[in-house]
Amino acid sequence: MAGQAADSRSSTSKSSMSEFWHGARFGLPVCIAVSPFGLLFGTLAMENGLSVIEAISMSAFVFGGASQMVGIELFGQKVAPWMIALSIFAVNFRHVLYSAAIGRYLSGWPLARQAVAFFLLTDAQYALAESQIQSGRKLTFARYMGAAVTSYLTWVATTVIGAIFGKLIPDTSAIGVDFLLPIYFLGLVMDFRRRPLWLPIVAVSAVASILAYRFVGSPWHVLLGALAGVALAVILPPSRSGIGAAPAQAVESRA
Amino acid sequence: MSSTFWVILAGALATYLTRIGGHLVISRLERIPPRVEAGLNAVPAAVLTTLVAPAVLTAGPAEWLALIVAGLVALRGGLLSMFIAGAVVLLIARQFMA
Repeated sequence: MAGQAADSRSSTSKSSMSEFWHGARFGLPVCIAVSPFGLLFGTLAMENGLSVIEAISMSAFVFGGASQMVGIELFGQKVAPWMIALSIFAVNFRHVLYSAAIGRYLSGWPLARQAVAFFLLTDAQYALAESQIQSGRKLTFARYMGAAVTSYLTWVATTVIGAIFGKLIPDTSAIGVDFLLPIYFLGLVMDFRRRPLWLPIVAVSAVASILAYRFVGSPWHVLLGALAGVALAVILPPSRSGIGAAPAQAVESRA
Repeated sequence: MSSTFWVILAGALATYLTRIGGHLVISRLERIPPRVEAGLNAVPAAVLTTLVAPAVLTAGPAEWLALIVAGLVALRGGLLSMFIAGAVVLLIARQFMA
């Protein structure tokens, strides 16, 4: 019996290992795409007067690229400390939407695991988690962490490299690394194309984010554009969003 | 500890609040109203679009070509194959169109 228990434990740990690696493989494009930004952050942090330790702890504790860039920009300008913290909060405010949307699927996990998962909930991590759920696979903790831990370690490691060797890094735009994230995010947008109202939501968010980008400025276009798309789904009757009507009923009403 | 370090910690705490806050609010609700659920289901497409659209607008022909090819590959292939296709097209197009 003891042997059986050990067997089942080893098979569980083996399957959670494979889940972890599956998540890591799925998150590989994220690692490639964020690396230049990690290097850039490390380099710019030095130029704005942070120490290597401060740059690394910012990547390790905040773990949010855009907000860190804004943060070091303000450190360089010697603005009031509370203004810097508030700016980081403002840039990261979009995560409230991710947290509200993904929390439904994590609520079965033990609290400590949820607490860790929310800490690692970046743009890309959120999108990966949603697309796992979208494709009907179970979002296990191991799979979630496979993607999250690899991109976290990549982010911190590239920050270190940028901080120490930043001045030696050549111009990377010739090989196109600066545009890898938009391509990657387009792929994730396409992943959700079978969801109800996909096209109208994408159209409204695209127009709203472009207008906000022009007239309000970055990074507010993310929050304003997203809110416009979400508002559309809220305003339209729930039946249009595929909610409240079972598929069979929908077929009947159409017939 | 330096004041910079305290600002970093405050920024980290503020960020964590945004990452857990939405869930804390939603989990207070006993049942998620249909319109809220519809809104939450719209979040991924809505947010991800905002990360692409302004970049498309400010980009040039090389980037557009990469996005079109990647978008077409995405209709058939998976995320990784569309990403690689887009990156390769971008790399080649930048040599000729920059």
